Amino acid sequence: MTSIKTPSTERPTPPDSTPAAALHSGTSDLRALVLNNLRQSGIYVALVVIVGLFAILTDGVLLSPGNITNIVLQYSYILVLAIGMVILIIGGHIDLSVGSVVALTGAVSAVLVIQQGHPWWIGVLAALAVGVAVGAWHGFWVAYAGIPAFIVTLAGMLLFRGLTLRVLDNISLSPFPAEYQRVAAGFLNGLLGGNGFDAFTLLIGAVAVAGYAVSGFRTRVARIRYQQPVESFPLFVARVVAVGAVIMYFAWQLAHARGLPIVLIILAVLVLVYGLLTRRTVFGRQVYAIGGNLSAAALSGVKVRTVNFWMFVNMGFLAAVAGVIYSSRSNGAQPAAGNMFELDAIAAAFIGGAAVTGGVGTVVGAMVGGLIMAVMSNGMQLMGIDQSTQSVVKGLVLLVAVAFDVYNKRRAGSAR
Amino acid sequence: MDDTILEMRRITKTFPGVTALEDVTLAVRRGEIHAICGENGAGKSTLMKVLSGVHPSGSYDGEILFDGKPMQFRGIRDSEANGIVIIHQELALVPYLSIAENIFLGNERRGRSGLIDWNLANAEAAKLLASVGLHENPVTPVIQLGVGKQQLVEIAKALSKKVRLLILDEPTAALNDIDSAHLLDLLRALRDQGITCIMISHKLNEITAIADSTTVIRDGRAVETLDMKSDEVTQQRIIRGMVGRDLDSFYPDRESSPGEEVLRIEDWTVRHPVQDRLVVEGVGLSVRAGEVVGIAGLMGAGRTELAMSVFGRSYGRDISGRLFVRGREVHARSVAEAIDNGIAYVTEDRKRYGLNLIDDVRRNVSAAALDRLSRLGWVNGNEEIKVAESSRREMNIRTTSVMAVVGKLSGGNQQKVVLSKWLFTDPDVLILDEPTRGIDVGAKYEIYTIINRLVAAGKAVIVISSELPELLGMCDRIYTLAAGRITGEVPVAEATQESLMELMTKDKELVG
Repeated sequence: MTSIKTPSTERPTPPDSTPAAALHSGTSDLRALVLNNLRQSGIYVALVVIVGLFAILTDGVLLSPGNITNIVLQYSYILVLAIGMVILIIGGHIDLSVGSVVALTGAVSAVLVIQQGHPWWIGVLAALAVGVAVGAWHGFWVAYAGIPAFIVTLAGMLLFRGLTLRVLDNISLSPFPAEYQRVAAGFLNGLLGGNGFDAFTLLIGAVAVAGYAVSGFRTRVARIRYQQPVESFPLFVARVVAVGAVIMYFAWQLAHARGLPIVLIILAVLVLVYGLLTRRTVFGRQVYAIGGNLSAAALSGVKVRTVNFWMFVNMGFLAAVAGVIYSSRSNGAQPAAGNMFELDAIAAAFIGGAAVTGGVGTVVGAMVGGLIMAVMSNGMQLMGIDQSTQSVVKGLVLLVAVAFDVYNKRRAGSAR
Repeated sequence: MDDTILEMRRITKTFPGVTALEDVTLAVRRGEIHAICGENGAGKSTLMKVLSGVHPSGSYDGEILFDGKPMQFRGIRDSEANGIVIIHQELALVPYLSIAENIFLGNERRGRSGLIDWNLANAEAAKLLASVGLHENPVTPVIQLGVGKQQLVEIAKALSKKVRLLILDEPTAALNDIDSAHLLDLLRALRDQGITCIMISHKLNEITAIADSTTVIRDGRAVETLDMKSDEVTQQRIIRGMVGRDLDSFYPDRESSPGEEVLRIEDWTVRHPVQDRLVVEGVGLSVRAGEVVGIAGLMGAGRTELAMSVFGRSYGRDISGRLFVRGREVHARSVAEAIDNGIAYVTEDRKRYGLNLIDDVRRNVSAAALDRLSRLGWVNGNEEIKVAESSRREMNIRTTSVMAVVGKLSGGNQQKVVLSKWLFTDPDVLILDEPTRGIDVGAKYEIYTIINRLVAAGKAVIVISSELPELLGMCDRIYTLAAGRITGEVPVAEATQESLMELMTKDKELVG
């Protein structure tokens, strides 16, 4: 049993809600902070190491403006899928069909826009509607018919691949009109001018840093008001400065290439929204509760079926977003589009710290996991390593990441 | 011949923090039916696990002599090789395999080629089935049999292993009266064939009907062994042995002043979710504000099933009966509706049904009433921490922080987290199922104090417990439950452990 001083004798100090308190209180125990978040901080360290390693191996090409832009464009749809996937995995499910759904939604959009000449936004809306319908289909079978998600989405993988072939009549469609292509291949550039670089991108970067600092400070003030432990002020500043420097560095690099990619804005908004959804809403809490202990959640009044259903609808919606981005980037729809995307998304979630047994994982973690995969693929491509070796390396990284998770859990279990 | 087949000498078995068995000596004569009885948690099952090698040699002190030879079983295969077979209360059959496949599982009948000879196996199985009086085709999948027949398959399986000492743990707990009677007949027949039998049972009428001698275990000690033939042994005599201890002044005092009725159920009947039998039958009970009502019953009496079916129908099917909260009839068809109607149920198995062990104290405390902490679906995380902190103080949950993972807390502290969770739903009536199971003495006292505080604040509390002293120490009134029916309602002033035990073991048809 954990034995500490008796809390009943420990009266809290009166609340001090002035922001000034935020400047002076807090712990500077860096070691405790790192250890408390070992599972999370482990992947950040891994990402930094991998980025550093490939930056050296590629003589800095990895971090060149053009290549950073490339990584964003190339892997954004995997990251979008990983957001939905990690939420499902937290809830104790999985979705094997997202690759097929990416293909189907892209195909529907292509038929409407390319074959029938509808405006680009009709294509986007139709794709999203199809994605939501697919999600509702999966959700129905998992939540209300009680079929395991593995089976339902394995069937969906075949089913929606088949429908894609039907919709496309087995042929590729291209090209999309320029407006549609802009979604994933477009940039915001030159809105504010700039000499040899895009000032607008830097401004957005600066706004992001300011937003991070302000929201961090407000959280800190609120936590102090509720007498919660916080990091010491210098440590807080150091954290903001470090994150700010990384953001500004990337903004600087992007500004010197083609400007701010539109997909990066889409991705940033999704990460922000889903980060809040998972951490701060009742729905998000219930997802964690279901994944952590299904019976306990049900006996706590969580409407398990409803939550499961909406998790799948959400996955369908995000798969459609990925489908639009992918079709826009590849400037057309192909019958084989999106093949194996589900595996990349699942790998991203697990590398990012999600637990195989459910109940654990974060959206940000999945993004970092996805970036680790992206940087490794990109770095190895730059080095001219062949496809087979790339595949071997990626497979081993996934295995090691999950083994680390299982090892951690076993250690935690034996400490009980 | 009246010699001893089994002698267990001075067996002591400790688990971390608990002494489960202390200096237990047990002697079983060849060819007798030897009953072992005692309250839940007295140590009966642990003793049988030591005997069958589930707790291997070396993990306990003392010695086992079988046929006069000292034995050191390292596992269940060792004990089975010597002809000691245990049949657990939870049957260990594979549902989709046939009767014959189950009987010879791990002991397959091989032909000359080394492959399994199914003709031989089925023929042998048919013979074994005939010897236990089960008329079924050996290729029938076990899942198609009722529990009673499955029990017979288990015994046939034991016979196939050339059993000499058969141990049955609560063999009739899940059986109806006809199947029970049949099983008892079979045990007599086996005894006449020279098979020695140890039977753990709560059903005292069965013990007096069938056993040749009875050993009573209480608090990890063998209290006495009664010779059922020579002594004048009655059920009351056994009960005295089982409960024979004084009610210590272990329970905090409480002023009792019950107010208006908060919860009442009438004619409550629940069917088992998969089997075709009633688990709860025509139960009626009520509890008032500021009152603690106990439900006493032996394992399998339907206590938890009753409570969970009332709590938003989270157990069973074909539930009928009426439920009133504060005089108004409510139809709580889901847990959420039950919570909305002011009912809270604290489970007997907090690890499986009560807590998200991988999450922290804070989120476990808020899990059942997140809507109280949120607006338009957004959770106020700081308010949540405040709630968790105040629970930590009021309940004296010993943890470094409310961010600590619940799975790492001690049992007592985990139980306080579960209680905090349900108190935060602000219920009118709390159903506490085994609220002190698996927690140490100090934490028990704290839980009792918390219950008293709740009652003083006007809550109605129903306590389900296997520990009679706990019910006698805590409750105003006690209902007894046996085989899904209420067999008595006793004000605590008139109740004794003996009278309760008698009501709890009252089995309508067999008595008499």
